[in-house]
Amino acid sequence: MRCYVKSTVLALALGMAMLLGGCATTAGNKDPMEGFNRTMFAFNEGLDAAIIRPVAKGYEFVAPAFVRTAVTNFFSNVADVFIAVNNLLQGKPVEAASDAGRFLVNSTVGIFGLLDVATEWGLEKHDEDFGQTFGRWGMDTGAYLFLPVFGPRDVRDGIGLVFDIAADPLVNINDMSVRNSLAALYIINNRAMLLPADKIIDEAALDKYSYLRDAYLQRRRSLVFDGRPPKDPEFE
Amino acid sequence: MKHFLAVLFGLVATLGAAAQGLAPDALVKGVTNDVLEIVRKDKDIQAGNTRKAVELAEAKVLPHFDFAHMTRLAVGKAWRQASPAQQQALTDEFRTLLVRTYSKALTEYRNQTIDFKPVKMQPADTDVVVRTLVQQPGSKPVEIDYSLDKTDQGWKVYDIAVAAVSLVTNYRSSFAQEISAGGIDGLIGTLRTKNGSSEAAVARKQ
Repeated sequence: MRCYVKSTVLALALGMAMLLGGCATTAGNKDPMEGFNRTMFAFNEGLDAAIIRPVAKGYEFVAPAFVRTAVTNFFSNVADVFIAVNNLLQGKPVEAASDAGRFLVNSTVGIFGLLDVATEWGLEKHDEDFGQTFGRWGMDTGAYLFLPVFGPRDVRDGIGLVFDIAADPLVNINDMSVRNSLAALYIINNRAMLLPADKIIDEAALDKYSYLRDAYLQRRRSLVFDGRPPKDPEFE
Repeated sequence: MKHFLAVLFGLVATLGAAAQGLAPDALVKGVTNDVLEIVRKDKDIQAGNTRKAVELAEAKVLPHFDFAHMTRLAVGKAWRQASPAQQQALTDEFRTLLVRTYSKALTEYRNQTIDFKPVKMQPADTDVVVRTLVQQPGSKPVEIDYSLDKTDQGWKVYDIAVAAVSLVTNYRSSFAQEISAGGIDGLIGTLRTKNGSSEAAVARKQ
């Protein structure tokens, strides 16, 4: 099983790398695969309406806020390990040390990460992943990509995602039922956080697909520069 | 009586000057706290009464927004090709769209608390970003950043970014697409249709 997962991951990574080479975006068009992406988007919208959103609403109704906070903190704590690694890869040892400190504090004083004590102690939470690291290293985003289940990505972040998943300690849990339950909880908890945004996006978007695409690209650009992107000359 | 009026006018003028002279961070903080204070007590808005939320936004928030500037940023290069009448129509429709979105967000407000980050600015600055962090129980915090510039009428908000996504420039590529398909009037038409269907949805609900 593990071997199968690893080879699938590798095949995916190779496929993405080929896409990146093949679709070195022609200037101006960041979404050359729009037809394919819109099909995947429609698929995801259907999946969301039929299963994920109703379950997330049920979860939000049943689980009190402090439970949802604990779940959010737990996944956030596990992620801090690889946020530290990515900060190190991006040449930010101070941030990396702070992330490692967060993990140590929250895993112990914070009871397996259920409480985020580190933030209260002044250790700031960072947002890093392999896609951002590749961006820091100068890799182009490549074409925009809408993946089933995972949602918006671009080719660079798609490759990053393969590494994120391979590196995630929770994915490497051997007991399949535990692993799958955690994955389901992760998806539902994340979806529940986005529930208030649904109506706002419907209100704002002329076309939901391109609204979400442009929001994704803006946000990722900002994250690569840690929230202080250089001003885009096109926007002045 | 004459004396009283003079004092009153003097007072109004001073108040006006005070509002204009308010630093951008104090302005954002004051307006946000005022509005949330009202939403916290208003059961109708919490229950999703968009019309009431729009009234609140019109009274408290929108006087501090520069919609012409926002529209110019969202339309981008094509702005200069638009006639003054088209520019006015675009601004009106975009204003309606943003106000509806903002009001919808107000109806979704649930006990979030907001941290206002201190602004580092020089006295000569005319363009600043006020950063805030919205903490919500059960969820990750979300950054909301307000860009303001200094005008003759005081500091005005010309962009709002939620989680680093600008609500204004996020329209750029879809606006450009509409303009290349149907010209400026095509975009005005699309915005009208969108605003019209939102209006109809509100009417149906009430």
